Amino acid sequence: MSTTTVAHHDDHAEHPTGIMRWLTTTNHKDIGTMYLTFSLIMFFVGGAMILGIRAELFKPGLQLMNPEFFNQLIGVHALIMIFAALMPAATGFANWMIPLQIGAPDMALPRLNNWGFWLLPPSAILLTLPFTLALFGIGDGALATGWTFYPPLSVQGGIGVDFAIFAVHLLGISSVLGSINVIVTVFNMRAPGMTLMKMPMFVWGWLITAFLLIATIPVLAGAVTMLLTDRHFGTHFFDAAGGGDPIMFQHLFWFFGHPEVYILLLPVWGFIPQILETFSRKPMYGYKAQVYSLWGIGALAVVVWAHHFFTAGMPVPALLYFMYSTMAISLPLAVLFFCWIKTMWRGSMSFETPMLFAVGWIILFGIGGLTGLVLADVAADAQYHNSYFVVAHFHYTLFAGGIMGIMAGTYYWLPKMTGHMYSEKLGKLHFWLTAISFNMTFIPQFFLGLAGMPRRIPDYALQFAEFNMISSIAAFTLGLSQLLFVYNIVSCARGGKKATDKVWEGAQGLEWTLPSPPPYHSFTEQPVIK
Amino acid sequence: MQVFRKIGLGVSAMLVSFSAFADYAWNFPTPATPMALDTLHVHNKFMLISMAIFVSVLAIMIYSIFAHRKSKGFKAVADKAPSTAVEIFWTLIPFVILLVIDFVIMGIPAYHSVIMMENTREKADMVIKITGSQWRWQYEYLDGDAKGVKFVSNLSTPKEQTDKGFDGKKDEHYLLEVDNRLVLPVGKKVRILMTSTDVLHNWWVPQFGSSRVAVPGFLRETWVQVEKEGTYRGQCKELCGKGHGYMPIVVDAMPAEEYKAWVASKKDELAKASAGADKEWTKEDLVATGKGVYEKNCAVCHQVSGAGLPPAFPALTGSKVANGPIFGADGKYLKDSHLDRVLNGKNVMPSWKALLNDTEIAAVITYERNALGNSVGDVLQPSQVKTARQ
Repeated sequence: MSTTTVAHHDDHAEHPTGIMRWLTTTNHKDIGTMYLTFSLIMFFVGGAMILGIRAELFKPGLQLMNPEFFNQLIGVHALIMIFAALMPAATGFANWMIPLQIGAPDMALPRLNNWGFWLLPPSAILLTLPFTLALFGIGDGALATGWTFYPPLSVQGGIGVDFAIFAVHLLGISSVLGSINVIVTVFNMRAPGMTLMKMPMFVWGWLITAFLLIATIPVLAGAVTMLLTDRHFGTHFFDAAGGGDPIMFQHLFWFFGHPEVYILLLPVWGFIPQILETFSRKPMYGYKAQVYSLWGIGALAVVVWAHHFFTAGMPVPALLYFMYSTMAISLPLAVLFFCWIKTMWRGSMSFETPMLFAVGWIILFGIGGLTGLVLADVAADAQYHNSYFVVAHFHYTLFAGGIMGIMAGTYYWLPKMTGHMYSEKLGKLHFWLTAISFNMTFIPQFFLGLAGMPRRIPDYALQFAEFNMISSIAAFTLGLSQLLFVYNIVSCARGGKKATDKVWEGAQGLEWTLPSPPPYHSFTEQPVIK
Repeated sequence: MQVFRKIGLGVSAMLVSFSAFADYAWNFPTPATPMALDTLHVHNKFMLISMAIFVSVLAIMIYSIFAHRKSKGFKAVADKAPSTAVEIFWTLIPFVILLVIDFVIMGIPAYHSVIMMENTREKADMVIKITGSQWRWQYEYLDGDAKGVKFVSNLSTPKEQTDKGFDGKKDEHYLLEVDNRLVLPVGKKVRILMTSTDVLHNWWVPQFGSSRVAVPGFLRETWVQVEKEGTYRGQCKELCGKGHGYMPIVVDAMPAEEYKAWVASKKDELAKASAGADKEWTKEDLVATGKGVYEKNCAVCHQVSGAGLPPAFPALTGSKVANGPIFGADGKYLKDSHLDRVLNGKNVMPSWKALLNDTEIAAVITYERNALGNSVGDVLQPSQVKTARQ
C-alpha cells in the first residue's frame, strides 16, 4: 500500500525515497503503515510457533520436539502475539486514523513517532535471536518460562530470559512513546469544535489505552529489571532465602498484565461501534454511556490484577475483594454490549466483510467475556486456573476479541488507506474460514480444561487425545486461512476498483471526507465541527 | 442466511462429536470431595446463567440481523436523540441485570465457597506436607499413626514410552502413574501444607477441586476430604521447567483399616531402608541399586548415558566433580565434591538431602563414579553419607 501512496502524491516529493524514506519518515501514515506491516509479519511468526505446538500436541507422545523447545515456543508465541502483533496493529491504526478522525495534519510528536516504531524490529530480533544462537551452540534457546516470567523458574533459566527482558524493555519504551504521542495529539490537535465528547469512539478507546499504558508499563519494566538483578547481581527480590517472595513478582507482573488485556481491547471497543453504525446506517446508540463505560473499565483494570493467581494463596479478604472487583468489570461491559446491539437494532444493515467481522466479534468476544465472569469465582478458579479452560478463554478475548477486531478494522479502513476496494468475496471467505476454524480450535480446549488437562505440557494422557486432535486440525485451518487475509491486503494495495472518498454508504466521521487514499499531509486546513 | 448456515454447521459438528465420543468428558470429572462437589455446582450454575445470557442476547441480535437488513428494504429508524435521562435509564438495565447476577446470584454462593475452601484447619483430622521439586512430589505425614512416614513419588511410565518418536502402545495411565502413591483415609479431613524446594509447582487433582501453588520458602495450605474409596489422578499445574508434564499425582483413598495396614507396611519398609544404611555394602550391590536411583532421578537431566544436555545440564561422563576426591585429609567431605553436590545442590542442580535416603545417595554416587564411562573405582558407603549429613 506504501508504493501507491507515493505514486499518488508525487507533489509531496520532498521526502527521501527508497529505504531512507521509511527509516527517516515522520509522516503519520508512513509510520502507521510500517506498524501495520510489522504487526502482520509478526502475526505469522507467532502463528508459525503455535502451529509447531499444535503439531506436537496432535497426538500423545513426543513427536517433533523436546520439552525444552516446547516451553520456549509457548512463551515466545505469547510475547510476540501480544507485544509484536496486537499492540503494533492497534498503534498502527492509531497513527493512521487518529489525525484523520480529529482533523489534524499529523501526530503531535512526529520524530518520537518514528523512534517508537524503529524500537520494534530490534526487540523482535532480541526475542527470537536465542533460537538461532542455540543452533550455533550459544546458550540454550529462548525464554522457556511462559510469557509471564515467573521466578524462580526465570531466575533459573538461560540467556533467553535476559534477551526477553531487554526485548520487553524496548517494547515497553516504544509503547510509552506511542501513548504520549496519542495523548498529546488528542489534547492539542483536535479540529475546532471537536469537543472531547464529540470525538470518535476509536479516539476515546485509544486515549484510555494510552493512559493505561503509561500507568502500567513502568511497573512491568521495574519487575523485569528486578528479575534481571536477581539473576545477575545477587539481589533477592524474589528469593525467599534472601527475604524476598516469588509471589511478589506475580503481583507486579499482573498489575501490568491485567490492564494489558484492556490495552489490547480498548482500541477495538473504539472502532467496532463505528463499524456497526456505518453498516447499520444510523448513529451509534449511547455514545455517552459507551464513553463512561470505557472509563469505568479503564479504572477497574488497574485494581483487579490478583485474579490471575488466586491459587498462589492469599488472605480471604483479598480473595473476596479481587473476586468481586473482577466481577464488577462485567457491569460496564454489559452496557457496552447493550449499546452495540442497540446500534444494530432497526438499522438498515448490510453485511460487507467489516460488518461480518464486527458481528462475529460481538458473539465470540461475548463468549470470552462470559467465561471470564465464571473464572472470577475463586472456588471454581481453583479448577479452571492453568488448565486448557483458561487457554480457550483468553483466546476468545485476545484472538476473537483482539485479532478478529483488528481484522474488522483492517477491512473497514483498507479502502481508505489504499484507495482501492479489496475483494469482498475473498474477505467473506476469510471471515467464515476464520470464525469456524477458530471455534473448532478453541471449543475443544474448554472441554479439555474441564476434563483436567493442564496448560503448558508437551505431552498428555491418553484421555485427552481426541479433543487435541480436533483442535490441532482446526488450528492449521485457522493458520492457513490467514494467507487469504494477506493476499487480499496485498492485492488491494497494488490495485483494484477505485474506492470513493466515502467508501461506505453509511460512513460517518472526518476520515471519510478526505480522498481515498488521503493526501500525504492530511488536513492542511483544519475542518470545523459544528 | 449465512448466520443460519454457521449455526447449522456448529450444531452438526457438535452432534457428530457427541456421538463419536459418547463417553467423553464434557464437564468436570466426578467430584470426590465436598469442595469439588461445590465447585461442580457453582460451575454448572454459572454455565447455565451464562448460556441464558448468551442465548437471549444472541437471539435479539440474530432477529435484528434478519429483520433489519438493507437487502430486505428495511429503512433505518434513527434513535430519536435520547435525552440523557432516557439513555441512562436504558443503559442501566443491563447494568442492573449484571449487578444482580454478579453480586447476588453468583456472588453469595461464591462467598460461601471461598470460606469453605480456605477453612483448612477447623476439624482437620490429620496433616500432611507436600513438597514439590523438579520434577517429583514428596509426601510427609506430620501427625497421627503415620507420623514420620515420608517418601518421594516419581513418574513411573516407562521411559521409552515418553521418549521422542515412540510409536508403540502406551500404558492405560500414560503419564499419570507413579511409583509411590499418596495414600489417604476415606472420610477424613486432611489439611495439606504445601511447599517447594526449587520453583513454583501446583498440586492439582481435578476430582478433589483443590489446587494450590507450592512456593519455595513459604508454606501454603489447602485441604481435601475424599468421600469415596478409589484411585485419583492429577498433574502439576504450574510451569516448572522441562519436566513439567512429567510430575503426576496419584492418590489412593482407602477405608480406615486398609489405611492402617498401609501405614504399618510403609513404616516397615522405611525402617528396613534405614537399617540398610548401617550395614557394609559391596560395590556391585551399590552400583546395581544406584542404576535404578540414577535412572529415576538423575537421567532426566544428565541423560541415561551420562552425556547430559550441555550447557544447562553438564555431562557426568568424565566430569571433574564425579571423578574427583570426595573426602579430604580430615575425613570430612570436600566442598564442591561429588557428595557435596548431591547433598546440597548448586544452581539448577537440586539438593537431594531430603529426597533420597542414605543408601540411595551412596548407591547413586558409587554408580556415577563406576559407570557412565567413569571408573574411579571407589565405593561410598551409606554409613559415610549418614555421617556426612550430621
